[in-house]
Amino acid sequence: MKIIVCVKQVPDTSEKVAVKEDGTMNRAAMKTITNPDDMNAVEAALAIKDYTPDCSVIVVSMGPPPAAEMLRELLAMGADEGVLISAREFGGSDTFATSQILAAAIRRIGFENTDMIFCGRQAIDGDTAQVGPQIAEKLGIPQISYVFRMQKTGNVLEVRRALEDGYMTIQVGTPCLLTCIKELNTPRYMTVKGIYESEGKPLQIFDYETLKDDSMIESDTIGIKGSPTNVYKSFSPPAKGTCVMLEGSGKEAVGKLFELLSQKHII
Amino acid sequence: MTTYQSTDINAFHGVWVFCEQRDGVLMPTDFELLSEGRKLADDLGVELCGLLLGDNVEGIAGELGGYGADRVFVCQSPLLKQYTTDGYTKVVCDIIMEKKPEIVLIGATHIGRDLGPRCAARLHTGLTADCTHLDVDTFKYAAFLNSASTLDVDNMIFNENDCGLKMTRPAFGGHLMATIICPRYRPQMSTVRPGVLKKEAFNPRKAEACTIEVCPVSLEAQDIRTKVIQVVNEAKAIVDLTAAEVIVSVGYGISRDVKKGIDLANELADALGGVVGASRAVVDAGWITADRQVGQTGKTVRPKLYIALGISGAIQHRAGMQDSECIIAVNRNCVAPIFEAADYGVTGDLFQIVPWMVEEASRR
Repeated sequence: MKIIVCVKQVPDTSEKVAVKEDGTMNRAAMKTITNPDDMNAVEAALAIKDYTPDCSVIVVSMGPPPAAEMLRELLAMGADEGVLISAREFGGSDTFATSQILAAAIRRIGFENTDMIFCGRQAIDGDTAQVGPQIAEKLGIPQISYVFRMQKTGNVLEVRRALEDGYMTIQVGTPCLLTCIKELNTPRYMTVKGIYESEGKPLQIFDYETLKDDSMIESDTIGIKGSPTNVYKSFSPPAKGTCVMLEGSGKEAVGKLFELLSQKHII
Repeated sequence: MTTYQSTDINAFHGVWVFCEQRDGVLMPTDFELLSEGRKLADDLGVELCGLLLGDNVEGIAGELGGYGADRVFVCQSPLLKQYTTDGYTKVVCDIIMEKKPEIVLIGATHIGRDLGPRCAARLHTGLTADCTHLDVDTFKYAAFLNSASTLDVDNMIFNENDCGLKMTRPAFGGHLMATIICPRYRPQMSTVRPGVLKKEAFNPRKAEACTIEVCPVSLEAQDIRTKVIQVVNEAKAIVDLTAAEVIVSVGYGISRDVKKGIDLANELADALGGVVGASRAVVDAGWITADRQVGQTGKTVRPKLYIALGISGAIQHRAGMQDSECIIAVNRNCVAPIFEAADYGVTGDLFQIVPWMVEEASRR
């Protein structure tokens, strides 16, 4: 049985962001991490592998060459194989084109009826939560998103998917795709043993040549040409007007604040 | 029957809003999206239609007219009683392929964010998630850009005949804004977070005039590959932050005395007629339930008054509250990033400051 986990290397947006003069993000200047929701997806796969004989976990990422580093770390965490999909032709892809490429890569890796795909719910740079469901659609398999609890018995999964004010308990068979949220688990750390063992694990690179014969890969289904959405304008919001700091001792400052709020009819 | 082509731009007309219902109750986001959809439809000179799926939901469709819908397509089946990806995607895509709207808006609820991308993939079209601003009219968009960005809009060239949907959304955790377009495919799809767009007043005459059209549904049990075992609503009352006029939010600054910090926030919220919210750090620490979380992975709020107590102001938090009408920050650290987003700031220990705020608020 295979569990394929889709992961993305993202800039750490909780840190200060480097912005270029034209207003776009300077990714090269930023620290990168594995997208947090994807870590939960990897952990979920490893947790199943812990108690399932003959289960292999394959981590897959579409990204520039440095993403291979991230895949190495995930191999050290316990994944069995890594696949990096990287090609100039794939650059500039929106979620539609990205999911197209990932789906083709998954077909190339081999996807059986007993297999599953886990993704993080969304990436912290794009925030769209679209790629997971779109991969599922293109592979023609059922999806469940916002999964925060998961139990597998044989080929049936029983999961809880979060709603804003509760949850749904859903059963689904394999093959299927799940998107995971942070409440699902706490990702394990790499161990020294894991790092040592990861050195021998395979990490393949899929480039355009590898995938071009898949019917899903055409010049108008990948990259910018294959993206139904395009960025029209990108900009920084104007700096907000300066904050009025209320001076004086705490009690005085609060008094002045409420006087102002009262005058402006805010309270 | 001609094959559906998502690139056949001229065949697509009309603005649609997918109207979500749960247990026969319409979601508030439906009214917000219809209010916005009405403006887009008016700018384009086309019909605004609601799309409502469920079991026996014809009776609740009329209310959608009151928020601007000219027509509501109702697709009913016992198989649509509970949301399932397979069931809803099939019915939504079938009717979109039949009737070809040029724009489809979906509320970015947990369900909308499951349904939207699946439909966009099946329809081979573009979807832009979590939009905060929508325009079809180029001049209105230019005016928006002028107020919302530091770009030199006066020296930009806009095509006044371009009535495509310009979908603006935060990117990179809110550090940047991007306007996305879907020029070569239809429908142009967009999800919008609850609480972001303004709901207009209910118009009873419009509700009366709305045409309810029950449409045939082609859906079999075997089309649905998942089984809903149960749907659980949390027993405790869930706070609706997006409707609150005043929000008093607590951050990690309450860690010294969590109980006291939350009690003080509750007192201040009560005195101001508001509700208590929280930053992600507080929710992650387990001090407050997740329904109160404000921010990129929590709720987006735009109250009249937002008071941030002991919140450092990480960009992900600010993304969820920075459009509040008035923001007040209380923090011991006078260079905390929250002060970049706030209108008024008080430097000091919140455990001392808040009791004075409660006193002032109670007096007025």
